[in-house]
Amino acid sequence: MRFGLKSLLAVLAVSLLVAGCEGTFGSKKEEPKPEAAVVEGSTGTTAATTEGTGTTTGVESGGAFQGNPLDNPASPLANRTIYFDFDSATIKDEYKAVIEAHAKYLATHSSASITLEGNTDERGTREYNAARGERRANAVREMMTLLGASGQQIRTVSYGEERPVAPGHDEAAWRLNRRVDIVYRTR
Amino acid sequence: MRLKLLLGGMAVCAALFAANARAVLTIKITQGAEGAQPIAVVPFGWSGGGTGAPENMGAIVAADLARTGQFKPIATADLPARPDRPEAVNFSDWRLLGTANLLIGSVAPTPGGRFKVRFRLFDVFQASQIIGYTLDAGAGQLRRIAHQVSDIVYEKLTGTRGAFDTRIAYVTELDTASGKRYALRIADSDGYNAHTILESSQPMLSPAWSPKGERLAYVSYEGGQPRIYVQNLASGKRRMVAGFPGLNGAPAWSPDGTRLAMTLSKDGNAEIYVYFFGSGRLQRLTANTSIDTEAAWSPDGESLVFTSNRGGTPQIYRMPSGGGRATRLTFEGNYNARASYAPDGKKLVLVHNDRGAFRIALFDLQTTALTILTQSNLDESPSFAPNGVMILYATTDAAGAALAAVSIDGRVRQRLALQDGKVREPAWSPFNTR
Repeated sequence: MRFGLKSLLAVLAVSLLVAGCEGTFGSKKEEPKPEAAVVEGSTGTTAATTEGTGTTTGVESGGAFQGNPLDNPASPLANRTIYFDFDSATIKDEYKAVIEAHAKYLATHSSASITLEGNTDERGTREYNAARGERRANAVREMMTLLGASGQQIRTVSYGEERPVAPGHDEAAWRLNRRVDIVYRTR
Repeated sequence: MRLKLLLGGMAVCAALFAANARAVLTIKITQGAEGAQPIAVVPFGWSGGGTGAPENMGAIVAADLARTGQFKPIATADLPARPDRPEAVNFSDWRLLGTANLLIGSVAPTPGGRFKVRFRLFDVFQASQIIGYTLDAGAGQLRRIAHQVSDIVYEKLTGTRGAFDTRIAYVTELDTASGKRYALRIADSDGYNAHTILESSQPMLSPAWSPKGERLAYVSYEGGQPRIYVQNLASGKRRMVAGFPGLNGAPAWSPDGTRLAMTLSKDGNAEIYVYFFGSGRLQRLTANTSIDTEAAWSPDGESLVFTSNRGGTPQIYRMPSGGGRATRLTFEGNYNARASYAPDGKKLVLVHNDRGAFRIALFDLQTTALTILTQSNLDESPSFAPNGVMILYATTDAAGAALAAVSIDGRVRQRLALQDGKVREPAWSPFNTR
């Protein structure tokens, strides 16, 4: 009678664990990834966060990138800056894919929220530039809401010429400053 | 122990001095008027004891007059004599110098830490006194009295009211170990006595003096979005006047001080509104899908000029300050913005894009002629002196971001710079009524 209750329970526990693991990975026939399993387990218990949803997405796409798509350097979501021509708030064709990607992310992640920060280069007058920066942020917001994002998820602020990223006084610097920055407040 | 205290004290003093030295706005004349008039300004006499008067009155007046580019004070070392009373003046001494005018003065301490300042202006060739005054100064007021002497002398000799007893507000930006630090400061018109009104890690812009100079309106990003504040300069107390969603900017006081024009985008896009201080009422003046901003009042309070791109690019428009139809004023070039009236109401100063260079220009309201005043490329924020003689503005050149001043005829130019950091957003105060 050496195999007492304790041992029986231990064997039972191990069996259940193995069964549980097989249940998760069995259908995909992947190598077991204990870290992933643990992550799955922990995010499973905090399912309210989009982290869990993001992790699920990563695994389902074949494991090429695991993690929140916002952190995937190969995704268009990694682009957080839209650039503009001088005195213009027109969104150029080359940025429409990026804006669409963010709009779709917002549309599918209702708890995500962003601030669109409008900026201009240093030329001209400050208050007119504050208004110009706002135009740019609003243009991006409008496009995002047309593509499915909710206006509630998007805040805008204009910094005009007050927050340059490039300190120079030539077109090489100015074109980097004429921008809208997409800043995620929540994911 | 004593040595430690002394060294410690010196270190503190050095730090304060260093901080103060960095904070002083130094003014250089970069172009003087041809034929600047020689004038002899003698160091003022001092009848108190100790090492001398708390301020070098003669030097302050000489520097004031020199800064106009219209006067060339004789170097102190070249003065043949130092009279401080009319009886001591020997006119033949001064005729040899070839100077038409001689200014002498004296400072005497009076009870209660106050001072009596006497000064006399002479016509050297006529050997006669032009004017003579006695002014009373409180403790710490001597610099201000010196500027008042300059105002009186300048008006007597040129016929134009002086603007030396005035102040300037400006914004500074400094890179520090903990990031950028911004400050809104006020100094005397010669750059001395700088005081910090607001200090922040967030930007601020558009300082605007109330008509009597006792309050300053400005825009601050300290809450993470731009809001308009009005601050009482004597008490330091302030209140937020506009903090709506979107833009709150470009505050401009009506000449009677009862209203503030401002730019708000709470109703969809940048529009001009007028806020009534008394009732708190907000009146909307523009309603269109274009940008309308940078309103400025005419001296009679009847009109507002403002920047609008309703015609495609930024241009200057004028409308009645009580509301009504706007008329376009500028048609030259594809960018005219940030207009403000000259004190005589006959011209506007504005920012004009001259073939890619952003320059300060004058627009004559009667003839519609546009005259470009500067040759730099990144000019903004022009502000008239209250006597209409000089225009203060912000510029960025190879030497950095600084303030500059140009006379209305373009003949006199100055540069106003800090030792460390950028300066911008100047606003010249009204005449002092204190």
